[in-house]
Amino acid sequence: MAQAQEFEKVLSSSDTSVAAFDEHKSAVKRIQHFLHSTPAAVPLIVLVLSIVIFGIAIGGRFFSSYTLTLILQQIAIIGILGAAQTLVILTAGIDLSIGVIMVISAVIMGNCAVSYGMPAILAVTIGLAAGAACGLLNGLLVAYMKLPPFIVTLGTWNIVMATNFIYSANETIRDTDVDAQAPLLHLFALSFKIGTAVLTLGVIATVVLVLILWYVLNHTAWGRHVYAVGDDQEAAKLSGIQTKKVLMTVYTLAGLIAAFAAWVSIGRNGSISPSAAVTDYNLQAITATVIGGISLFGGRGSILGTLFGAMIVGVVSMGLNMLGADPQWKVLLTGVLIIGAVAIDQWIRKVSA
Amino acid sequence: MAFASSASAAGVGACLITKTDTNPFFVKMKEGATAKAKELGVDLKTYAGKIDGDSESQVAAIESCIADGAKGILITASDTKGIVPTVKKARDAGLLVIALDTPLDPIDAADATFATDNLEAGKLIGAWAAATLGDKAKDAKIGFLDLTPSQPTVDVLRDQGFMMGYGIDVKDPNKIGDETDPRIVGHDVTNGNEEGGRKAMENLLQKDSGITVIHTINEPAAVGAYQALKAVGLEKQVLIVSVDGGCPGVKSVTEGVIGATSQQYPLQMAALGIEAIAAFAKDGTKPKPTEGKNFFDTGVNLVTDKPATGVKSIDTKEGLAKCWG
Repeated sequence: MAQAQEFEKVLSSSDTSVAAFDEHKSAVKRIQHFLHSTPAAVPLIVLVLSIVIFGIAIGGRFFSSYTLTLILQQIAIIGILGAAQTLVILTAGIDLSIGVIMVISAVIMGNCAVSYGMPAILAVTIGLAAGAACGLLNGLLVAYMKLPPFIVTLGTWNIVMATNFIYSANETIRDTDVDAQAPLLHLFALSFKIGTAVLTLGVIATVVLVLILWYVLNHTAWGRHVYAVGDDQEAAKLSGIQTKKVLMTVYTLAGLIAAFAAWVSIGRNGSISPSAAVTDYNLQAITATVIGGISLFGGRGSILGTLFGAMIVGVVSMGLNMLGADPQWKVLLTGVLIIGAVAIDQWIRKVSA
Repeated sequence: MAFASSASAAGVGACLITKTDTNPFFVKMKEGATAKAKELGVDLKTYAGKIDGDSESQVAAIESCIADGAKGILITASDTKGIVPTVKKARDAGLLVIALDTPLDPIDAADATFATDNLEAGKLIGAWAAATLGDKAKDAKIGFLDLTPSQPTVDVLRDQGFMMGYGIDVKDPNKIGDETDPRIVGHDVTNGNEEGGRKAMENLLQKDSGITVIHTINEPAAVGAYQALKAVGLEKQVLIVSVDGGCPGVKSVTEGVIGATSQQYPLQMAALGIEAIAAFAKDGTKPKPTEGKNFFDTGVNLVTDKPATGVKSIDTKEGLAKCWG
């Protein structure tokens, strides 16, 4: 380019950079930024800390591979339910019916196999289908009827719980009958010993399921759509995501995963008791999810965090048990953890504010 | 027990209020009450809480019964202290109130109590466990799977009864956990279900894997405990005893999962309760407690296929014929 004017020569030595932000790289900011970009870090740090603290307080008996794998066995079911709950919470919804869906699925599996004498594989399939159907009902009401998830699942929680009691007459299906007629239902009770560590198939299934869901949520279009819908449903719709379909598949999948949790729980408990419907599994699953750093506002958090969240609750209960504490302390500490987790989540969010 | 029961109770209203209507124990109670009411011509209405611990529904039910002009109420209270003022209202209105299975707190807040002697139920399984172990009883390691942290009466009576029967010094008989006997490994709570039983057993094994005797609050908890023991291959080393006598529980005794269980009779409790209301409606007579006790004892039997010397028991065949649920 020819120089038109003499005075433009000085331009070449002038500043050519465009407007930029001043970066304040304080240590706190950097930590905040790291936590913001890796949402599973906080629960992982808390988990490691609680293991270390109880390990020091109790000693080798707590720190043994046997005890640590026993905790995994105790939290497997809540871990699976928590995974289902996470999917729903990522879309800024909530599923209060998840625990009773699990119980009714277990009861259906047991009755199909033991009372109606169906082949076990068919009984399991029907149980899984029943769970998915309950989830589909939630999904239709949330996505197409546009009802708030909290209200919908509060309703289906009651409906499913009552149906479970009416259908089963609250009769427990016994361990020995399940063993005799449908050993497949006890599949997840199989255990492997590695030294003193004991891993059941149920524990392995929990970890594998969470890893699969983590991959799907982070590396598939559908997974990114789940995050997008949770972050801002309107924006997601405008960018061409079929938000109704996404919501419906999320709730259906949550129901299906709850039914899978039912299969695992039959392995752990041996017998199948409809009374389990009054246990607050749904709230325990929400607890694991919240402590795991999944934001109740939707669109933020890693499903790995949920698994860590369930483990934190498990470590704290076992630790307090071994210290001989009153069981109420466990409940109290869980409450503290929940509020702490949400407070940390809010603080991390400020990084993007 | 003979009440002047004739078909003259026609038109007498009665209420049965249970903790839930899903638990097989209460289902059996309802069955017993319904059959007896039909026989005597009593007009029976049944109410239940939504879940165990739901006292509000029970308060509302008592109020409905008073408004209904019923002659008497049979109640299995969820909140034995909290229900007392409402029960007083009913008695002031001239109704006969009988507590079934669970005594009110204080026990004389009701006109009468028809229940299993839970202390006796505990003593039977304690004595059976000690007799079965013989010489090994004095160095046994004993674990207790109780009901809930709040130590409800039924939990205390069964737990402390077991210790008395076994020969353990209970210190304060109204308190679980103040004992110092070195044979006690520990206590944990189960909420009376399978899942809780399994978790509690796992916790006790963490304390001491050498446990040889387990007292359980009820059979679902016992079945859960067995699962935990089976998972670590210790089911042969441990003697499990329980209380309830439900059909699934008695079957577990047949299979050797549970060594012995004390059987109670909910059908009997409710049937006798209806008879008492009919008698009260007729001439105002109130039921009398069993000699030497402050409640009417509806009986308990030890069910086992391995009878022990000095402890009266029935076999599982008879237990199955009399079981509930």
